[in-house]
Amino acid sequence: MSSHDVVITGIGLVSSLGEGPDAHWQKLTQPGFQPVLDAERFAPYTIHPLPEIDWNLQIAKRGDQRQMETWQRLGTYAAGLALDDAGIKGNDELCTTMDMVVAAGGGERDEAVDAAILAASETRNDRDVLLNEKLTTELRPTLFLAQLSNLLAGNISIVHKVTGSSRTFMGEEGAGVSAVETAAARIRSGQSTHVLVGGAFQTEHSDMLLGYELAGYLHRGPWKPVWQRQGSEGGGVVTGSGGAFLVLEQREHAKSRGRRIYAELGSIVSGRARRRLGELDAEIAALLKQAQLPAGELLTISGASGAHAATAAEKAALDANPALAVRGFSTLTGHMKEAQFPFAVALAAMAIDRKAGYPVFDATAEKPFDGAPKTVLATAIGYHQFEGMGLIKAA
Amino acid sequence: MANLKDHMGRPVVAVTGIGVVTSLGVGKTDNWAALTSGKSGIHPITRFPVDHLNTRISGMVDFLPSSSKGASHLTYELAETAAQEAVSEAGLDSGDFGGPLFLASPPVELDWADRFSLYNSDKQDGGSERLLRVARALKELDIFETTQFGSIADRLADRFGTRGLPITLSTACASGATAIQLGVEAIRRGECDKALSIGADGSATAEALIRFSLLSALSTHNDIPEKASKPFSKDRDGFVLAEGSGALVLESLEAALARGATILGIMRGCGEKADDFHRTRSKPDASPAIAAVRAVLADAGMSEDEIEYVNAHGTSTPENDKMEHLSLSTVFGERIGSMPVSSNKSMIGHTLSAAGAVEAAFSLMTMRESVIPPTINYDNPDPAIVLDVVPNKKRNAEVGTVLSNSFGFGGQNTCLVMAREPV
Repeated sequence: MSSHDVVITGIGLVSSLGEGPDAHWQKLTQPGFQPVLDAERFAPYTIHPLPEIDWNLQIAKRGDQRQMETWQRLGTYAAGLALDDAGIKGNDELCTTMDMVVAAGGGERDEAVDAAILAASETRNDRDVLLNEKLTTELRPTLFLAQLSNLLAGNISIVHKVTGSSRTFMGEEGAGVSAVETAAARIRSGQSTHVLVGGAFQTEHSDMLLGYELAGYLHRGPWKPVWQRQGSEGGGVVTGSGGAFLVLEQREHAKSRGRRIYAELGSIVSGRARRRLGELDAEIAALLKQAQLPAGELLTISGASGAHAATAAEKAALDANPALAVRGFSTLTGHMKEAQFPFAVALAAMAIDRKAGYPVFDATAEKPFDGAPKTVLATAIGYHQFEGMGLIKAA
Repeated sequence: MANLKDHMGRPVVAVTGIGVVTSLGVGKTDNWAALTSGKSGIHPITRFPVDHLNTRISGMVDFLPSSSKGASHLTYELAETAAQEAVSEAGLDSGDFGGPLFLASPPVELDWADRFSLYNSDKQDGGSERLLRVARALKELDIFETTQFGSIADRLADRFGTRGLPITLSTACASGATAIQLGVEAIRRGECDKALSIGADGSATAEALIRFSLLSALSTHNDIPEKASKPFSKDRDGFVLAEGSGALVLESLEAALARGATILGIMRGCGEKADDFHRTRSKPDASPAIAAVRAVLADAGMSEDEIEYVNAHGTSTPENDKMEHLSLSTVFGERIGSMPVSSNKSMIGHTLSAAGAVEAAFSLMTMRESVIPPTINYDNPDPAIVLDVVPNKKRNAEVGTVLSNSFGFGGQNTCLVMAREPV
């Protein structure tokens, strides 16, 4: 144990299950809990929709809310929950010295404007001129900022006054892994005392589905748990809206202000398999080795997306170690892209804090875990690229 | 013998390779010749029709094979070209770089050309349903990859043999500087002894232009394009959208010296401060920009008096230049009136995600060549901004240290301090 250890002192969660660690714990520990699904709105795709949210609770000014599309609002909201949970929200001194790393996507375009342009393109050959004509007159001027990647962090600064530093990482699940990894490295080296880190994903937008479906990654047909989609119609991914933010803190800093510590963040490892060359299996195995798993039964919170190839590779690698009791949380929340790894870390920290594991989310593919976990493994193997995992330990 | 550790006991970080592409050309030689002769790369837009557009000029890079292939392909080629120049200059294996990659690049979206072609490939149903249905039948990953935020870095990692999970980042107009900062920090923490930091932006599409136009951020001085970008002038009316790339090979001084590499400059410090005031405007008292400049000086272990030249953010927007002047005059006091402060953007426009990296490359060359590139189009000085902007003509001067500013939309401010020689 060292004073520069990284500990988790705040968790902000939103998903179809609700908001906050308590609501998530309650539902996720209910044996046989059924996910919240919407199979109609985006048929043939099923999604896990956002719960009802009173945005005012974390974003007081209506004016601020209007300047953000749903994804930015969701992230800003989840960040606020984490800051509240850590006792940092509203504390000027702590907010102005707090660093921030956000894992972001973006691109919530105006679907009505786009649809009108596409419809007009069927009868016009001068499509570039059409584009200028429509975009100059029909785009809402502030929409650009309301859907821009680095403006989630920008809005967190504006709404919650976190201004120590602000970085936005992009790149699907890998961005979430790098964000947590970089934040932890800053704390360990003494560069930061406390860092806000996390991401959000808002799937209820056709472009967000298109981002997967251009490579046929989405699962179609009746919903199934994340481990049971091989061979089904489509590509295996069922998406969900949600967000996860963590407050990571230097142990000494957390102790000196008397905060409750959920768990310690151990080593985070990451990699980039050249999947086209068939390196994924070896990469996952190498990361598991690098992570230096403790001996004995190990609760494993897997961020597996359901994407056929990546999920099969991850499952094979995890199944090869009989000590691992795996929980694929995408079964209950859907895949939340950039937020996937921070979400996995949050669920791991909650299990440590509450000294209990989660019941199986899928009885056919997961095995029971009893007792109080001292260490939990969290994984995020990207649906298309990039891999990462980390150990979360009792503080 | 140079110190291998800095004032905080961290490894000193050297630059051993520099690459750059702007509308002025490919590579340091062409860019430097143009930049020091006060030549502008701003020109009329030819990549797409300009009907209905208020701004019809830009600093686009129109001479690469990917210039007409969409934002993702052009951004990749810009990044690759600059990185190849930097890695070659460093004398490293350009297929097996062996350190991490930090890429500043614009957020990606499905290009309109692809959107149109997918949509018009059949006539069943309509709207997003048709797009999704057509999309899932695609047999190739080409279009998909242009929509993945991590794909450009993934390709670059393959191409250069960088190590580990590459980081793609955006801090808006400060992105290029942030990419360098992340590389510097990784070396200082001892995670690696070299890093490849790239800023690249080939996203000057019609939609990007329209978006900035709708925010009233762009110059509309279309008639004489090369005169449109006029930082610190009274009649400045916005920035000029541009493309480009800059790449640096960063190495611990110790590792660079050990392999006998040429030291092109030293990264003395990085500093940042986020603004919480507004999405596009900065706090009227410039306190975040002031804090960023002070943070970089503290990180570098330097006093204000030790900065000899400022490579300004200098976008040519009414707001930025006023705020930048306020921050500089606050930090440097009366001395700011006699200190050279010039803006490369007067010639190359605003290369957005690339700007911090491109301007770091030019800052290093300024020191190496002992020539300060001018701020061109400085015909009507803004009386409220009293600066020595190195007006219109280059200046020969020994420059030992440079402060390079990058201030972004969304309130992300990053400053770098570079030095010619190790201490």
